Amino acid sequence: MSDHDYRPKSKVGQWFNDRLPLLTLANHLTDYPTPKNLNYWWTFGGILTFCLITQIVTGLTLAMHYIAHADMAFESVEHIMRDVNYGWLIRYIHANGASMFFLAVYIHIFRSLFYGSYKSPREIIWILGIIIYLLMMAAAFMGYVLPWGQMSFWGATVITNLFSAIPLVGEGIVTWLWGGYSVDNPTLTRFFTLHYLIPFLILGLVVLHIWALHVPGNNNPVGIDIKKPSKDTVPFHPYIVIKDGFALLMFMIVFAFFVFYSPNILGHADNYIEANPMVTPAHIVPEWYLLPFYAILRSVPDKLLGVVAMLSAILILAVLPWLDTSKIRSAVFRPLYKQFYWILVADVLILGYVGAMPAEGLYLLIARVATAYYFLHFLVILPVLGFKEKTLPVPLSITEPVLGGSLNLATARQKESKIE
Amino acid sequence: MKKLLKIFSALLLICSLNTLSFAAEKVDYLKTDWSFKGLFGKFDRAALQRGYQVYTEVCASCHSMKYLSYRNLAEKGGPEFPEDQAKAIAASFEVTDGPNSDGEMFTRPGKLSDKFVMPYENVKAAQAANGGAYPPDMSVLVKARGGGVDYIYSLLQGYEEAPSGMTLDDGVHYNKYMYGNKIRMSAPLSDGLVEYGDGTTATVEQMSKDVTTFLMWAAEPHLEARHQMGFKAIIYLIILTILVYFSMKKIWSRVESEV
Repeated sequence: MSDHDYRPKSKVGQWFNDRLPLLTLANHLTDYPTPKNLNYWWTFGGILTFCLITQIVTGLTLAMHYIAHADMAFESVEHIMRDVNYGWLIRYIHANGASMFFLAVYIHIFRSLFYGSYKSPREIIWILGIIIYLLMMAAAFMGYVLPWGQMSFWGATVITNLFSAIPLVGEGIVTWLWGGYSVDNPTLTRFFTLHYLIPFLILGLVVLHIWALHVPGNNNPVGIDIKKPSKDTVPFHPYIVIKDGFALLMFMIVFAFFVFYSPNILGHADNYIEANPMVTPAHIVPEWYLLPFYAILRSVPDKLLGVVAMLSAILILAVLPWLDTSKIRSAVFRPLYKQFYWILVADVLILGYVGAMPAEGLYLLIARVATAYYFLHFLVILPVLGFKEKTLPVPLSITEPVLGGSLNLATARQKESKIE
Repeated sequence: MKKLLKIFSALLLICSLNTLSFAAEKVDYLKTDWSFKGLFGKFDRAALQRGYQVYTEVCASCHSMKYLSYRNLAEKGGPEFPEDQAKAIAASFEVTDGPNSDGEMFTRPGKLSDKFVMPYENVKAAQAANGGAYPPDMSVLVKARGGGVDYIYSLLQGYEEAPSGMTLDDGVHYNKYMYGNKIRMSAPLSDGLVEYGDGTTATVEQMSKDVTTFLMWAAEPHLEARHQMGFKAIIYLIILTILVYFSMKKIWSRVESEV
């Protein structure tokens, strides 16, 4: 990167910066050359950072009032909702914040899939992202257990029981996870501890994620390598800062709507019933953001294979940079991939839908077909497509038309807006 | 900007799809106008006070409300009983306190700071007195049922003769809105069961509406504050968004690119 020879103007600044180059870092972050054609799908990175910080700040406040004990957890949540000043606000932001976080992360992931942002040289950014996503799921799952409602308790029972599918040691692992012979107080206290820890691990990984991003720089809708800095780039500040800020505000309006006007719509009513090991709810369903994977789990008749399928569905993403054999990044120039991409989006939405339905009859059949297609997409379609697909000519730069061809940015844009 | 609007509407679409998938098991509940719904929704103060009367004279003989305190009855956004009236309500209950300096438990009249007195000592006692079924605590009952207020409102009016061919065990009643249609609770309300102080006629429908309103407040005591703050927050965000939009346009006009 070109900005490492930055020197602060003031003497004090120089003295400090020679010892700890924080000012160089700040300068790098403000000057960071960013492709100027980034569309709004690229604003979700900033939005996700906001989500993480929001969860940490509200979570810290909640932890000051919450009591991690099987006999008191439910009551302490009601205490927060009723008697802590603005406790209802903090808790509703935290609970809906989890949903908004996942909404944003799914958009972020699917943006990456569309524009091929996971491809060389950005594999490490992508893999760090998948690890963050996994940790997010773990944090969200354990966070949902903390209010100690019926869905907390039974969700925890179902998910931890998955480990019992492991041959030989499975049962032992489950007992170890529970800290006893059923989900009980020891389970709650360790989940609380881990739920508190994981966001800080995520924060660390986010720093690495951004660091790794700043080595090659952002991908862009055209998906080509660009010279940095050049006519194709703008400095991060103020251009991207204001644009991300604008998108974040739009996002916050949606967020606020949930928090203030339908704070419980994304949760399950059963979680307002205190956990009762003697009564099993009619349907045990996870939170909406885990439903596609829940559908995959249930679509396999064998327990162990179901767990394997569910985990593979996530882990397969980690090797995606090597499964996708196409050298072209952006789907804008990949007419076939573009179609398969939208089929995949529909497939995941269908999986999410059937995940919320009872696993029987037609729903089960749909879940099985959708699960099979999910793996087909990554294991067969993507590798083959790279060799078979006839891609469109790619421009040489964002601002200049392609060499010897007529396709330039304007036509690329046109094509892009068509697919949206 | 066009593209952005598309993204924004896509976001809303995803949200509504999610909501839909949860609302799949819709039942046709009885409908009524709830004053607390909508952007400016507020509780009907008189309905809350009447609802408290129904709760305390009818429901409270079996159903506890353990997360509420008598002071809540006088708090802003609730039934807003005058403080001396709330004190009198609290004092009408016997509260077990102690141990005193002799190590004995004793009873005294309730105070504002006391939690609502429970009808039974514990869950087992409640079950024993109700044929094995536990009358659920009502503090968050509205939020703990899929249909929310509409469900509770309908259930209270949903008692009917069981359809022919359906056999009901002793102590089980037919209710067309209950999950599985079988309910242990006998029809709790009948016309004129309570005598409202404000002269309102105590029909089953009226009492159902009043007590459901009261239960909604019990489950969401800060609902009014939430709606008021929400409106302000969203207006603020919209204004800020517009300002930031024009700043963004200005800044980006320096480069040849669209935002």
